[in-house]
Amino acid sequence: MSKRKAKDAHLPIGECISQVHQILRKRFCHQQLPVKPEGVEAQHKHLAELLKRTVVHGESNSVLIVGPRGAGKTMLLRSVLRELSQETEVQKNLLQVHLNGLLQTDDRIALKEITRQLQLENVVGDKVFGSFAENLTFLLDALKKGDRSSSRPVLFVLDEFDLFAQHKNQTLLYNLFDVSQSAQAPVAVVGLTCRLDVLELLEKRVKSRFSHRQMYLLSKLTFPQYLERIRDQLSLPDDFPDGKFAQEWNAAVTVNFSELFNVLLLQKKETYSFQMMCLSRVSVARPSITPTDLLDASRFCLADANANMLHGLSILELCLIIAMKHLNDVYEGEPFNLQMVHNEFKKFLQRKSNSMYNFEQPIIMKAFEHLQQLELIRPADGASAKTQREFQLMRLMLDHSQIMEALQKYPQCPTDVKQWATSAFA
Amino acid sequence: MEGLLEHPGYDGEKLRRVSEQLPCREVQAGMLLSLMGEPQQYCYPSLFIYGHRASGKSHVVNVLMKELELPHVTVSCVECVSSALLFEQVLLSFFGCDAASLLPRSPSLSDFVRIYKQRTSEFPSKQTRYIVMEQAELLRDASVNLLPALLRLQELVEDNVSVILLSEIVWDKFRPNTGCFEPLLLHFPDYSKAELLQILSAGRNSSYSAEFYSSYINILLGVFYTVCRDLRELQHLAALNFSKFCEPVAEGKVKETETHKLWKNIEPHLKKAMQTVYLREVSSLQWEQMDEHETGALRGLSAHTHVELPYYSKFLLIAAYLASYNPARTDKRFFVKHHGKIKKTNFLKKNEKTSNHLLGPKPFPLDRLLAIFYSVVDSRVAPTASIFSQISSLVTLQLLTLVSHDDQLDSPKYKCAVSLDFISAISRTVNFDIVKYLYDFL
Repeated sequence: MSKRKAKDAHLPIGECISQVHQILRKRFCHQQLPVKPEGVEAQHKHLAELLKRTVVHGESNSVLIVGPRGAGKTMLLRSVLRELSQETEVQKNLLQVHLNGLLQTDDRIALKEITRQLQLENVVGDKVFGSFAENLTFLLDALKKGDRSSSRPVLFVLDEFDLFAQHKNQTLLYNLFDVSQSAQAPVAVVGLTCRLDVLELLEKRVKSRFSHRQMYLLSKLTFPQYLERIRDQLSLPDDFPDGKFAQEWNAAVTVNFSELFNVLLLQKKETYSFQMMCLSRVSVARPSITPTDLLDASRFCLADANANMLHGLSILELCLIIAMKHLNDVYEGEPFNLQMVHNEFKKFLQRKSNSMYNFEQPIIMKAFEHLQQLELIRPADGASAKTQREFQLMRLMLDHSQIMEALQKYPQCPTDVKQWATSAFA
Repeated sequence: MEGLLEHPGYDGEKLRRVSEQLPCREVQAGMLLSLMGEPQQYCYPSLFIYGHRASGKSHVVNVLMKELELPHVTVSCVECVSSALLFEQVLLSFFGCDAASLLPRSPSLSDFVRIYKQRTSEFPSKQTRYIVMEQAELLRDASVNLLPALLRLQELVEDNVSVILLSEIVWDKFRPNTGCFEPLLLHFPDYSKAELLQILSAGRNSSYSAEFYSSYINILLGVFYTVCRDLRELQHLAALNFSKFCEPVAEGKVKETETHKLWKNIEPHLKKAMQTVYLREVSSLQWEQMDEHETGALRGLSAHTHVELPYYSKFLLIAAYLASYNPARTDKRFFVKHHGKIKKTNFLKKNEKTSNHLLGPKPFPLDRLLAIFYSVVDSRVAPTASIFSQISSLVTLQLLTLVSHDDQLDSPKYKCAVSLDFISAISRTVNFDIVKYLYDFL
């Protein structure tokens, strides 16, 4: 039966590539939820159980999910919610409030957002409340069911939890945790944060009301598992319309990945950009990912931005950077000013007979200011109006090795400049 | 990397027009286009394009957006001093003025995201929308949550929107302390010398042949390439100086092919341009109107600092310069008639680093200035108020700087803010040999 299906469903190549892009872009750019989250099964079960207890049994809970950027905290939460919402009781009863520390920068704004998401704007109307706590209790009371016996369970999700800890007095956090400790209404408070030391940010009274339940999403993958994960994400799912194409694609990806075991270790978020770069090379003319694509993409992701910028400097600016490097070497990193750099440059020019680079001070000043605008050099102690521009002390923001590497790649670099860079007395 | 002309989802004719307008940038435009994908597919939530000035970042992005008629809004961060201006512009471009008018008085990011979400649920987007932000380095100085929120805007508003940031500064200097969503980094490399030649030659006027113009550009690059590789500056200089280049040909003295004579004619002119127009000492209007027979009549901006000073003011300035650049312990040797024996070993400078001409002027008290002044002026001069008022006027002219706090009236401290060339010129007018009195030139 599958053979017949494969023969029937054979799409033209353009259509296939379009479908491939559609599916993979949803995965990398839109961060679509995978069918089953991998590697976090224990945390998934734990969180699902916790939330179920809140909804079904009316038990208030609070938990913090902690993990570095790109570890999958939001993805974990969303897949747990997706699983839970398939149960009818949860669907009927659970109210969700999603807050984000980046957007709700103030407790007042947060409260307005809570009111809006619980759809209680009409109920609140024009009432004026004395304190935050009053407002919150009013909202939670309004959620009580008709017979006033129990209140509907509410789930509060606080994204970028560490930013909420910076609000004044931490009132929102205090009140939410207070409600979760007292028996007022069943609430579940889930915080997501990237800081491992988040508990130290909380005030004592807030910390004591928190249940100290933390879930850590720290990656424990070995390198082969990591490579397999990347490879899986580049593979097409089984329900791809053109089965034969999908099989060929997956086979090519497997073969190419196993050949490249020196693909360098990338951070989790960088794997998405790496995969995006690989995907962007796929087109009708080149319908699969080749090893050169993988190598190019990894080289691209790991390119040194500073070296790229140094490549575009004029020769005069490059000479100034070399002069600064020599000053740093001789005086061990003490700040310098334009006069010192010019002096060093003049010493180089005296040794060489050609006067091609014999520019006047104002031109050197313009080149120096260009370097300052690119933030390759920075004022050592903040710009002060009292010192003249040519005497203001600066520091170089580049490393010795970066400069030498950039010189290797610099197009048509004059040999005497290169020799000067390697030794101050050449 | 596929050619620009073959992307599915975009009209071939439009792509051809795009590639005509982007010489030497086909590779980057192709990369950008392949990342953007077909209009209805998702694009990466944020892209960061970095490269030198005038390397074509805004140009490529704007041409792509306009010619392919993609829904976009271009925001310059220099204009958006407050984030309310940014929110208004985005909502106006994407959803019209009624959405923009829904923003409250001083809108927060929360209001913006809420209105955006509302609108996008009523009118879901069929294509990727782009927000292009130029001079994105200024976003670092805006409120702390704006940059991380913009980088993950796609996730926050649940819409197919992508934010493109253009900047001269590398991404490492943007990253917030606790991290953020990392955008996809794209580098626009600088133009090579051949590419600059190609682009600059395209700007010729048709009355002269292409070889003539490219020989002109070659000469121009020969003079300016070591100093400046900025396309905009070179275009400006090329436009300004071309008429001078053509002069001998127009007058019939030289034929088009005699490049050596043309070079001899234009080269001193270009060198002079480097000292003046390139440094913005004179405006381009002044430059064009300059008559070449008046040598040295071109007064730049810094010539205006050479004011004519009265006799005693000149000596006060010289005394101030000596006070700033000589250490106090050497005053006795220079200014006292019979200074006795002074040990040479302590006196001579230890190493070059302590040369005051490299470190800058040092502050000195008023008493020291007057002491040096009285010894330097050859005639007897009484300490009248006119002398003191001349010191104040030197401060107003910014030839001296007042360093001490405004409250300290009894012992003010000053610093001399002029360069060695300036003071040498002044001391020549009063027949004073300043170099003899400077410690650094002993």
